[in-house]
Amino acid sequence: MAVCGALVRSGRLSRPISGRNSAFIGSRFAVVKRLASALSYVPETAPSDFGETTKMNLFQSINSAMDVALANDPTAVIFGEDVAFGGVFRCTIGLADKYGKDRVFNTPLCEQGIAGFGIGMAVMGATAIAEIQFADYIFPAFDQIVNEAAKYRYRSGNLFDCGRLTMRAPCGAVGHGALYHSQSPEAFFAHVPGIKVVIPRGPIQAKGLLLACIKDDNPCIFLEPKILYRAAVEHVPVGDFSLPLSSAEVVVEGKDVTMVAWGTQVQVLREVCNMAQEKLGVSCELIDLRTIMPWDSETVIKSVNKTGRLLVAHEAPLTGGFAAEVASTVQSECFLHLEAPVERVCGYDTPFPHIFEPFYMPDKWRCFEAVKKLINY
Amino acid sequence: MLVTTSMAGVRRLLGAVGKSLKQGVSEASSNLPFMQTTYGFTKKLQSTYAAGFDDDRPQFPGTGSKVRFTEKLEFHLPDTSRTIPVYRVIDRQGEILDPTQKPGLTQDVVLDMYRKMVLLNTLDGIMLNVQRQGRITFYMTNYGEEAAHMGSAAALDPADVIFGQYREAGVFLWRGFTLDDMMNQCFSTHRDVHKGRMVPINYGSRDINFVSMSSPLATQMPQAASAAYAMRMSGKPLCVACYFGDGASSEGDAHAGFNFAATLDCPLIFFCRNNGYAISTPTSEQYRGDGIASRAIGYGISTIRVDGNDVFAVYNATKAAREVCIKESKPVLIEAMTYRIGDHSTSDDSTIYRSSEEVHHFKQDSPITRLQTYLTKNNLWDSDKETAYREEAKSKVLEAFHGAKDRKKPPISDLLTDVYDRMPAHLESQAADVIQRPIPRTRLHGGTQGCMMM
Repeated sequence: MAVCGALVRSGRLSRPISGRNSAFIGSRFAVVKRLASALSYVPETAPSDFGETTKMNLFQSINSAMDVALANDPTAVIFGEDVAFGGVFRCTIGLADKYGKDRVFNTPLCEQGIAGFGIGMAVMGATAIAEIQFADYIFPAFDQIVNEAAKYRYRSGNLFDCGRLTMRAPCGAVGHGALYHSQSPEAFFAHVPGIKVVIPRGPIQAKGLLLACIKDDNPCIFLEPKILYRAAVEHVPVGDFSLPLSSAEVVVEGKDVTMVAWGTQVQVLREVCNMAQEKLGVSCELIDLRTIMPWDSETVIKSVNKTGRLLVAHEAPLTGGFAAEVASTVQSECFLHLEAPVERVCGYDTPFPHIFEPFYMPDKWRCFEAVKKLINY
Repeated sequence: MLVTTSMAGVRRLLGAVGKSLKQGVSEASSNLPFMQTTYGFTKKLQSTYAAGFDDDRPQFPGTGSKVRFTEKLEFHLPDTSRTIPVYRVIDRQGEILDPTQKPGLTQDVVLDMYRKMVLLNTLDGIMLNVQRQGRITFYMTNYGEEAAHMGSAAALDPADVIFGQYREAGVFLWRGFTLDDMMNQCFSTHRDVHKGRMVPINYGSRDINFVSMSSPLATQMPQAASAAYAMRMSGKPLCVACYFGDGASSEGDAHAGFNFAATLDCPLIFFCRNNGYAISTPTSEQYRGDGIASRAIGYGISTIRVDGNDVFAVYNATKAAREVCIKESKPVLIEAMTYRIGDHSTSDDSTIYRSSEEVHHFKQDSPITRLQTYLTKNNLWDSDKETAYREEAKSKVLEAFHGAKDRKKPPISDLLTDVYDRMPAHLESQAADVIQRPIPRTRLHGGTQGCMMM
């Protein structure tokens, strides 16, 4: 790992590295910085009433959340592929040693089994934290999630439920992930009544939202933007705290344009806010949706009624993406307040490409163009 | 008779045992192989590594240490001449073949088994007609599988948690699920514990520890594995039983269930009802190997094949499997060979794909007939008792039917509740929309209902 970092900094390691081993992601960051649309993470400050903080990156904050969960809830278990040694993204590092191998354990390589296993544990009253190694591989579990987890409470008249299940998966573009290590599948799950879908934008958010999901009495899917695992660093509260689900957050206040995103894209739009202010004198209000389902439409509607202009951006493909749901609701609820049609800046309707990634992404330039369109309509 | 609700107890015990697990290994599971290795690969091969490659044995992590090399190029063939035999206790003439295999059941229990099998049979006959009359939308009979139900259910502890597929009504009856409970579910009345949300025969009950069933096949199998894992974590000397059919065992979830149960030391009884058909697909088109029993070996799971029409054989096998599960914290597979005498469901007409001669043939050795023969030979039953009980069963079923058939349905607001633990804002506005609409007149409230294909 240290060798890799040294190679990158020296400029020698410039070929893209593919494969499931994420050990290289942090070291890739140095190379990514040279690209035009590279990500830079702006650290946030935690509310002071959450107590003592320490510097953590995203995977450390997620590790901390699970540490807290297992410490406070004796029924909590973590399982999935490779979680015992610490996980391919280090999210479970140290937890098997601390809590024992029957509480943090590897499963066979079978996502439908992992999901089904999680459901059964939750039905019995244990807190089940299931890890899917990449969101791209969650699809074998789709039947268990859609037909079982989401419907357990409803179909049994609340006699049984699997509310104590939380499924975590790394999602999103990472610079070289291509088709099968970059997907953002939130839209598929938003369409399933009965589950919650949550995506954090940084370490503080991740810890608070993950703890909220674990405590929430509904099956939750927690998607973690993998590019932020090492790239996002801030001072995160060390103790137990939660952030509210189904509550969007106004990250930047503004009056001319509303921008809605989640996960990594919030960071991209932060830059667009700055660009809009500097180059166009336009004040943007940036909203992080945080929970995709059930989503906080009230906050978005309130904002669009104020600004009259909406931009929604996400990495997932345009058609049927969650921006469509936001746009549809806004045109219905804010019709007479709108000064321009809703702009959606999303991935193209293609599988996630390898060499073409920089062209595929809804980067700050494409988003900035959309802001101009909104202003000049 | 009240049965303990084990699931609330499991929740409490999970907490208590979880605290003691902080140190690493629980008392209950300290002898389990997977608990003893950090990363099994390293520890397993340590002794092999010590010998170096001078020891001329395979040293691959993927096989056990007892494996040997061979210089002979030969394929191991699926040996159709040595299929797993079918364990039985009573032959087709009602005789116990090996007296040591006579189950330790009292006369009363055996008679209760028989009566419940007849009750189930009677219920099925009446409900089949009820569906044909359009009063319920759908029904599945259990013809031919009554012994598989009663024999296995009787061998379990009432606190063992059960996951089912859909053709396990006899297990429900054995555990105390009432005819009223069944009728309320089939008619989707306001007394249905499921609040009228599922099609008929998808029963479930917390009181009797039988998790509510769903339509997708085999999804319950990995769920049952982890329920068993949780059961083991709780330290209670109980197991989980998971029923599924020959068709469901082809699903990916079946593979997942077997593999997870084996690798994670789950005290789980996999009970396969191999009734010869998955709707119209005979087992000859479902698999090429030796049924489902042989697959268990591949997963490292102990297996037995039983005569599913022999209630004593089913009972003995389930009892023995249960002991192994609990004592050794591992799964066991029972493949109960039987025959689906009825159609798959009321949406199926099996005369299209199988002959009436075939069905008639198997009807002659139905589980009810087999047990009846045994009981009669042992002077525990006769034709008068049979007539009297059939009448009693019929009147019980009809009483429950009459209670349910005109009973009110659940309130319309139940359409939107229980999607989440608390109703979210977007559903509240949708709920307001539903409530104020006039009630649509549907066929479900009376009149003929078209066949629902499923």
